[in-house]
Amino acid sequence: MSESNAEKTVKPLDTFRIVQAIIAVLFVIFLSWRLYSVISAGIYGPDTWLRFTISGLIIGSVYSVIAIGYTLVYGILFMINFAHGEIMMLGAFAGYFVLEGLNGLVVDQAAGVSFLDQYQILSVILAFVVGMVMAAIVGYYLEKIAYRPLRGAPRLIPLISAIGASIFLQNAAQLIFGPKRRTYQNPSALTRSVGWRIPISGEEVILTYTGALTFVLSILLLVGLYVLVQRTRFGRAMRAVAEDKQTAALMGINVDSVISTTFVISGALGGAAGVMWGIQNGIIYHYIGFIPGLKAFTAAVLGGIGNIPGAMLGGIFLGIVESLGPAALGIDFQLKDVIAFSILVLVLIFRPSGILSEVLTEEKV
Amino acid sequence: MAMLEVNDIHTFYGNIHALKGISLTVEENEIVTLIGGNGAGKTTTLRTISGLLSPRHGQVKFEGEDISSTPAHELVYRGITMVPEGRGIFSRLSVSENLDMGAYSREDKSKLQDDYDRVFQLFPRLKERRKQVAGTLSGGEQQMLATARALMASPRLLLMDEPSMGLAPILVENVFETIKQINKDGTTILLVEQNATVALSVADRGYVLQTGEIVLKDNADNLKKDEMVRKAYLGID
Ligand SMILES: Nc1ncnc2c1ncn2[C@@H]1O[C@H](COP(=O)(O)OP(=O)(O)OP(=O)(O)O)[C@@H](O)[C@H]1O
Ligand SMILES: [Mg+2]
Repeated sequence: MSESNAEKTVKPLDTFRIVQAIIAVLFVIFLSWRLYSVISAGIYGPDTWLRFTISGLIIGSVYSVIAIGYTLVYGILFMINFAHGEIMMLGAFAGYFVLEGLNGLVVDQAAGVSFLDQYQILSVILAFVVGMVMAAIVGYYLEKIAYRPLRGAPRLIPLISAIGASIFLQNAAQLIFGPKRRTYQNPSALTRSVGWRIPISGEEVILTYTGALTFVLSILLLVGLYVLVQRTRFGRAMRAVAEDKQTAALMGINVDSVISTTFVISGALGGAAGVMWGIQNGIIYHYIGFIPGLKAFTAAVLGGIGNIPGAMLGGIFLGIVESLGPAALGIDFQLKDVIAFSILVLVLIFRPSGILSEVLTEEKV
Repeated sequence: MAMLEVNDIHTFYGNIHALKGISLTVEENEIVTLIGGNGAGKTTTLRTISGLLSPRHGQVKFEGEDISSTPAHELVYRGITMVPEGRGIFSRLSVSENLDMGAYSREDKSKLQDDYDRVFQLFPRLKERRKQVAGTLSGGEQQMLATARALMASPRLLLMDEPSMGLAPILVENVFETIKQINKDGTTILLVEQNATVALSVADRGYVLQTGEIVLKDNADNLKKDEMVRKAYLGID
């Protein structure tokens, strides 16, 4: 039966594929031409390209960590947790208050040295731990309050609830923390825009300490998550629940608690991303979760939503593209968001299952 | 006291009254079969016993305790495991990961290796394929995997929903040989089947289900001789 179906659908699919291919080729020609004219004009030296690549990798790794949060939840509940960006924002605030508090805590009265500067590593760890725990708690209750009662409802309903939760959390944050922009108090070793100097063709490119921390920590979180999902008993339970909730229950898995835990993990990752965002970018306010949330969602879609390695690669890819894109195309840097969201639209139109999905499923099966 | 006692259960899907007062018992070490045509309510009965559904009226008792509203994942720890209709293989997990899922509820990890050995002895084919992704197994192998996975939970009562579904006759025979073996090894079995011929050949007793009600119950030999069963389910006039 499936064979006859395939025969029937071959024809229309082919024309669609041809149109896709033509558009893709035109697009690539256009990109190459822009790239060629930009490079031949020699506007940017190798140092600039390196700078863009580094910043793309850093921001991309943060997108990856946020994107995993979307993809984990989607993989298990088939819903997009649009409030995830707000969870990240709340995590950023939690980390902010920890660093503020430790900065105000003077440990050496005579020299006036704060805890933050005395125990720098410990302070940063504390900021991350508290940020992650707070965000995890928000994720846990978000699921309990906004999504669990809607389980089994048509898929549009929890989506609306998610958008509502997102708006609610944003406004709650504005109400509680006020609309003002706050500066993240980094310990002195993590002073922003200070870092290693890489000499390249007579120029210097700075690899900031905050950027390196962000990148390394993101990779650690991604690896940790991958190990959790692939190698542990809980990870197996999660994958079982993602595939078939009823059969998972028949194995003795408490499906509700696996779903709760998934939100906790997803929230903790969002919280870590929030603290990284604060340490790296320096400014936080109630709205900072929104755009990174959408970008990370784009990254997750790009990698095939529900697909964990896909979300990781999608995040890094998006970070690099939006960082290099404006320069490569010779357009205004303000347009980097346009690039990111154009990618989202293009992927949703031409490849809604994600760029990686086919490769990965073929490999797995 | 019967191991499993189902007393006059009524189960609904929304407004659909799927079970209209089912009562049955399963004694320890028995094989009991539930036969009936499409939509009779066989699957619904098993799902109600296994805790995936709860009855609106009536009671399910396991070893004397009321389990009518105990969720499925807790019943596994009490010793009830189900091989669901359509097998419910985790197709993206490997064969051995599927077996690990079956052992999810096991607390006595020491005996686990023995159980792996036992299921691989019952189903040598699975041992060869243990690294393979379960979705790529043939139908027969998937049935073996589903059964093996259920055994990994070390159940005292095993509920099986149409294990013969979609299998070639030769494989069906195999499956039922295995069911007999599992029962001999000390597992009580409640078996749902449309294929009444084979089901009655292994079962001690049987119930005949029609549109949500039990219309006949007897020991397997008598059911095989019953006029109505012969006509409706054995295809003999
Ligand atoms: N999820 C559901 N929602 C609504 N009605 C259902 C649902 N599942 C089953 N039913 C109805 O309940 C009745 C009993 O179904 P059940 O699946 O228990 O039958 P069955 O005896 O297992 O049939 P089969 O041999 O075809 O598997 C049928 O009338 C069916 O249409
Ligand atoms: Mg059925």
